[in-house]
Amino acid sequence: MLRRMVLAAALVLAFAPARAEDRFITIASTTSTEQSGLFNHLLPLFTQATGIGVRVVAVGTGQALKIGQQGDADALLVHDRAGEDKFVAEGSGFDRRDVMYNDFVMVGPKADPAKITGLKDATLAVSKIAAAKAPFASRGDDSGTHRAELRFWKAAGVDVKAAAGWYRELGQGMGPTLNTAAAMNAYVLADRGTWANFKNRQDLTIVVHGDKALFNPYGSILVDTKKRPADKAADAKIWHNWLTGLKGQAAIESFRINGEQVFFPQARQ
Amino acid sequence: MDLVAAFTTALGLVAGFDAELLGIVRLSLLVSLSAVILAALVGLPLGAALALSRFPGRGAVVVLLNAFMGLPPVVVGLGVYILLSRAGPLGPLGLLFTPGAMILAQAVLVLPIIAALSRQVVADLWDEYGEQLRSLNARPWQVALTLLWDGRFSLVTAVLAGFGRAAAEVGAVMIVGGNIKGVTRTMTTAIALETSKGDLALALGLGLVLIAIIAAINGALFALGSWAKRSAG
Repeated sequence: MLRRMVLAAALVLAFAPARAEDRFITIASTTSTEQSGLFNHLLPLFTQATGIGVRVVAVGTGQALKIGQQGDADALLVHDRAGEDKFVAEGSGFDRRDVMYNDFVMVGPKADPAKITGLKDATLAVSKIAAAKAPFASRGDDSGTHRAELRFWKAAGVDVKAAAGWYRELGQGMGPTLNTAAAMNAYVLADRGTWANFKNRQDLTIVVHGDKALFNPYGSILVDTKKRPADKAADAKIWHNWLTGLKGQAAIESFRINGEQVFFPQARQ
Repeated sequence: MDLVAAFTTALGLVAGFDAELLGIVRLSLLVSLSAVILAALVGLPLGAALALSRFPGRGAVVVLLNAFMGLPPVVVGLGVYILLSRAGPLGPLGLLFTPGAMILAQAVLVLPIIAALSRQVVADLWDEYGEQLRSLNARPWQVALTLLWDGRFSLVTAVLAGFGRAAAEVGAVMIVGGNIKGVTRTMTTAIALETSKGDLALALGLGLVLIAIIAAINGALFALGSWAKRSAG
């Protein structure tokens, strides 16, 4: 009996949590901010300054908004202005603030079958891809990037639902979509941060970037406090203020991927 | 080329005793082992009870239980997510995005496997020893305990099958755990994450480490089993 109790105690000790964070908030955010490494850069600075840990659940913007709506996160950092405004309007969250922007890039095969390299007009680029019936890999997952991509097709007057064969809806996150695009040498719309950090590029390269319409603004929103425990709401407010304040903005400004700046602070002081 | 890189990465990870990797391995084992223990505590008696009892509709229950061995992890994850969400019935527990939620989801996933396999083991033993036990006038719970003990070596395989399922799945823990760095990131969700970052060598390297750990656990249990069989004569 005693031996069994010792064994049980040893097991409990071995599996005790690595570090006990008694004070933390949960943020639902997008794969682009997590996979680019931005959170790895920001969170230690924030935690050091405030003593508040931040747990990030990185999903597509559509799912992040849903998590917020359910009251399963304290704050959101997402990128789909229309979806964000709807979220606030329906009372799921409040105090939406500009945080930063990055930009989308059109990535495609070096052989460039649609002849769009160097174009400064993303809408023209997608209509040329459609005309050439060149393979295009779409996120197809209701993420912020997917929603942005659909706006370009709409502007170009291309009905992708009717596109036979060349338009492929993957229903995957940014990384898996880039993996698939690399494997089938397809064009794909990606956020610059994920692309800069992406290692399995194979024959893909940036073909179109710099169009104003490719700018991709991120917003921070606090989740309706009635849906969250009171102490979480107060800490989430501290995060919200830090992120959009001088220190957070400076931290975003200083973030680099292989020497390249991909996120630009945008909060109005 | 990626394969060679993966092996080198795996060796480097193990040799380097990377603190983050150690935390991830520990969490994976904690979650999967706890889930299997939980599922075995419920599943073994449940399987035995189902093997020994007779009631109308029993056949349907057995078929359903066998079918649930194939529950898709994502579906289980989604179901547990809806239960544990703040907006759901168990929301006030605040379990979502914690290891507790992951243990619960994997236990649900593993329970039908352990229950269905142990039902089969106990039913087979009953066919063999039923007459004897009946003549001894044993009470139902005594019969169940006797047969579970008699079948212990086969039941270890049932539990191992459950552990394999738990350790290998990614769909359920991804949804209810959220793959939060340092809190709910396990081997499988880390592999999914590195794959999506396009770091295929690191992803495959982590996969090799995971396979090695599962093999080590199975090996240890196998050795323990043969030792027990020998000493049992």
